[in-house]
Amino acid sequence: MYLRNALCAVSALSLFAAGAATAENIVIATVNNGDMIRMQGLTDDFTAKTGHTVEWVTLEENVLRQRVTTDITTKGGQFDIMTIGMYETPIWGKNGWLVPLNDLSADYDVADILPAMAGGLSYEGTLYAAPFYGESSMVMYRTDLMEKAGLSMPEAPTWDFIRQAAAAMTDRANDINGICLRGKAGWGEGGAFITAMSNSFGARWFDMDWKPTFDSEAWLNTLTFFKGMMDESGPAGYATNGFNENLSLFQQGKCGMWIDATVAASFVTNPNDSTVADSVGFALAPDNGLGKRSNWLWAWALAIPAGTQKEAAAKQFVEWATSKGYIELVASKEGWANVPPGARTSLYENPDYQAVPFAKMTLDSILSANPNSPTVDEVPYVGVQFAAIPEFAGIATDVSQEFSAAYAGQQTVEEALAKAQAIATDAMEAAGY
Amino acid sequence: MATKASRSAARVMMAPAVILLLGWMLVPLIMTLWFSFRNYQPLRGGDLGFAGFDNYIRFVTSSAFWPAVVATLVIVVGALAITVMLGVLLAILLDQPMWGQGVVRILVIAPFFVMPTVSGLLWKNMFLDSVNGLFAHLWKFFGATPVEWLIENPFLSIIVIVSWQWLPFATLILLTAIQSLDSEQLEAAEMDGAPVLKRFWHIVIPHLSRAITVVILIETIFLLSIFAEIFVTTAGAFGTKTLTYLIFQRVLESQNVGLGSAGGVYAIILANIVAIFLMRIVGKNLDA
Amino acid sequence: MARAVTQRRKTFNTALAWAVGLVIFFPILWTILTSFKTEGDAIAYPPKFLFFDWTLENYSIVQDRSDYMRYLWNSVIIAGGSTLLGIIVAVPAAWSMAFVPSKRTKDILMWMLSTKMLPAVGVLYPIYLMFIKLGLLDTRTGLVIVLMLINLPIIVWMLYTYFKEIPGEILEAARMDGATLREEILYILTPMAIPGIASTVLLNVILAWNEAFWTLNLTAAKAGPLTAFIASYSSPEGLFYAKLSAASTMAIAPILILGWFSQKQLVRGLTFGAVK
Repeated sequence: MYLRNALCAVSALSLFAAGAATAENIVIATVNNGDMIRMQGLTDDFTAKTGHTVEWVTLEENVLRQRVTTDITTKGGQFDIMTIGMYETPIWGKNGWLVPLNDLSADYDVADILPAMAGGLSYEGTLYAAPFYGESSMVMYRTDLMEKAGLSMPEAPTWDFIRQAAAAMTDRANDINGICLRGKAGWGEGGAFITAMSNSFGARWFDMDWKPTFDSEAWLNTLTFFKGMMDESGPAGYATNGFNENLSLFQQGKCGMWIDATVAASFVTNPNDSTVADSVGFALAPDNGLGKRSNWLWAWALAIPAGTQKEAAAKQFVEWATSKGYIELVASKEGWANVPPGARTSLYENPDYQAVPFAKMTLDSILSANPNSPTVDEVPYVGVQFAAIPEFAGIATDVSQEFSAAYAGQQTVEEALAKAQAIATDAMEAAGY
Repeated sequence: MATKASRSAARVMMAPAVILLLGWMLVPLIMTLWFSFRNYQPLRGGDLGFAGFDNYIRFVTSSAFWPAVVATLVIVVGALAITVMLGVLLAILLDQPMWGQGVVRILVIAPFFVMPTVSGLLWKNMFLDSVNGLFAHLWKFFGATPVEWLIENPFLSIIVIVSWQWLPFATLILLTAIQSLDSEQLEAAEMDGAPVLKRFWHIVIPHLSRAITVVILIETIFLLSIFAEIFVTTAGAFGTKTLTYLIFQRVLESQNVGLGSAGGVYAIILANIVAIFLMRIVGKNLDA
Repeated sequence: MARAVTQRRKTFNTALAWAVGLVIFFPILWTILTSFKTEGDAIAYPPKFLFFDWTLENYSIVQDRSDYMRYLWNSVIIAGGSTLLGIIVAVPAAWSMAFVPSKRTKDILMWMLSTKMLPAVGVLYPIYLMFIKLGLLDTRTGLVIVLMLINLPIIVWMLYTYFKEIPGEILEAARMDGATLREEILYILTPMAIPGIASTVLLNVILAWNEAFWTLNLTAAKAGPLTAFIASYSSPEGLFYAKLSAASTMAIAPILILGWFSQKQLVRGLTFGAVK
């Protein structure tokens, strides 16, 4: 035992020495979200500490996904670090395409990573990607409009309350929509929202025999409720609105409520960008009393493709970017409200961070999502707003296109669900389930 | 006229282009054909063996196939109709004497220089958006309810975006053609008292027929494969999933390269049907 | 009398043409204007046309985030290189098709065009695998080759149509005077075809500049051109019209300026054999 530890120490030391001796240039593919852009700006700190330089490939989410997937499946070796999510990590880890992160340094304190995040980024207990930031979803609402409507938001609202409040806050003459939600086609956009929402209605993607269940009562209820509420109180054209569209509507003061990613909290409360920064309240994502709420769980994480020549340097970067030290670095430069949230337990124990208005609600939301038991009934898959199987992205994109067409009134909810069932059944049979 | 020596020289000179293009066509084509008979799913571990005609059957029997073919044709035909018709009118207009002709020409051809992704993004966000778009502002100004363009008229929206990009190309070619029109012929017709429409129909249009064919041919090649304009606007929803887009979904979203390759083969077949159809017309018109 | 009519017509034509031209150009103009606004002004209702606080802030944000010059330089190399290479390969082919035509010439021409119809995404995996083997991933060389091949049919066809317009007698005469094939092409054909070659070059630079599938999917950190630059701005968080406009303006400005300076050439030369 002692010997092994000693050996480990020696090899770690030599790794470090090797890393320090030859300054490497690592290539990182990442998504163009605000926290990552900030990380790019702080790269100098990493270079100063380790001597390695970094080249960034920053792409929009969809393009990034197709780019890194092509590269990893063909072993193209273009990137030393890839930014991926909870959907990709277990699938890629299972295929042996990622370097296991089971030998991170003691300083790094792996145990500090929120268990929900570590669980979603592991395959069979091995961590394959380190969370840069994690998110769930929650209700963000306008306290002033809520008051005007004579209502008060409970900490854990129900869908019926949300619908009623949305109708009460809607003021078409003044361009205020009671509620803004994602309706845009795409599995990571409207698809993610409606799947998370369906969990609180007791719906699921597949039953225990991997049969799609869009013909169920629960899915019908979900979609009917969503469309009914959005037609009453949602913005025009909500069937093409995704995260960004809704964010800018909310920042312009055109939404009473918005249920979306917890990371949005720092954007809507930032007075530089948001016209409603000082009148935003937060609540847990709504439920229907069935025991599951409609919040999702997601993390953007850094993973190292197996086969990279610069594994040691890449690991150093992953440790740097997802460390406690990085969080402190951001806090010292940009304030606590702007640190990457949702990845580490220690962050939520920090009194400075606890003062941030959305900190507690973010943590509570993250803690209330369970990828292993996302919905009321038992399911064979892992993932809250997705199912971590390779076929899911393709199926869910097709399905969400049908849903969007239903939101737009081009087909009925029943027709959309029937098509969804056919698409999913067909694809699952093709995949041999 | 051509001697034997020049014939063989001609062959040699043609060789690089032909060989390169043959390679560029054959290598991917053969690979596409090969994959289309394989069960190739990168996320499931790669090539999982021979699949027979499964991919072909699955692709063509999927509920998305025929709507995608129709969507492709609607967009291609719609954009062609708009660019050719407006292109002819615009070319005639630009050929007239006027002040600042050069500047106007610059204004008209500018959209051709805009990348498809950029033009899709700009149109979607700054013009067609039903809350913050300029059209919505305009509608509100006149007291009308803003139109949800991409939802209510998805095809029209995409056709307008694509036409905006390709109208300059059509106009340019048609303008060059119109400039070569014998003005004496037109003046003679004018003297004879032929009405404007008649002159247009009997002199201008026949003269432009070759140019119109060329525009149709070249634009079709590019329009059959438009992608960015759909990707950034509707993401394939509301019936705007073209064949190219469907293949994109199969290959990159579903990560089923076998199925996507079979789709690619269908796309090649469709393109060739269109091409044969076109060449019948062009062949007649292009006999040089 | 006739003169007055012409004058009135000219005024009418001018007004109409300017109106149409401005409508067509408006989206670009609006984008350029928006790029100088604050995010708040960019979505203001009623829209602000000229009277807003002009700012360069968006440009500095974009420049801070990405090294614009590197992308620009890659675009220049890739578009220029692929066009140049394409011309070198295409001139001899077009020459032989135009001056030593055979029965199959037109078939070959049509076949070349038909290679453009293969849907790119269908062959992404095969090409990607090939690029790995050849070590061409994320290199400008790789993109120059691919874009050259994509546009070669258009180049050959355009050049063919220009060469065809050159009367064969001139070449005959030169040959009589003992000019070799090389001399014939270099000293007689090329000068006569310069306007045609120029517009071919222009059109292909534009097409290569705007190609956004291969340039995005075959590059990583080194060879990405402006299409990759714009892909990192297509959906930023929050209000983004002004930043998007600034990035878009930066992406299209160089080619727009090139196009403007050369529009006479384009207008004169873009015939594709359509003029008889």
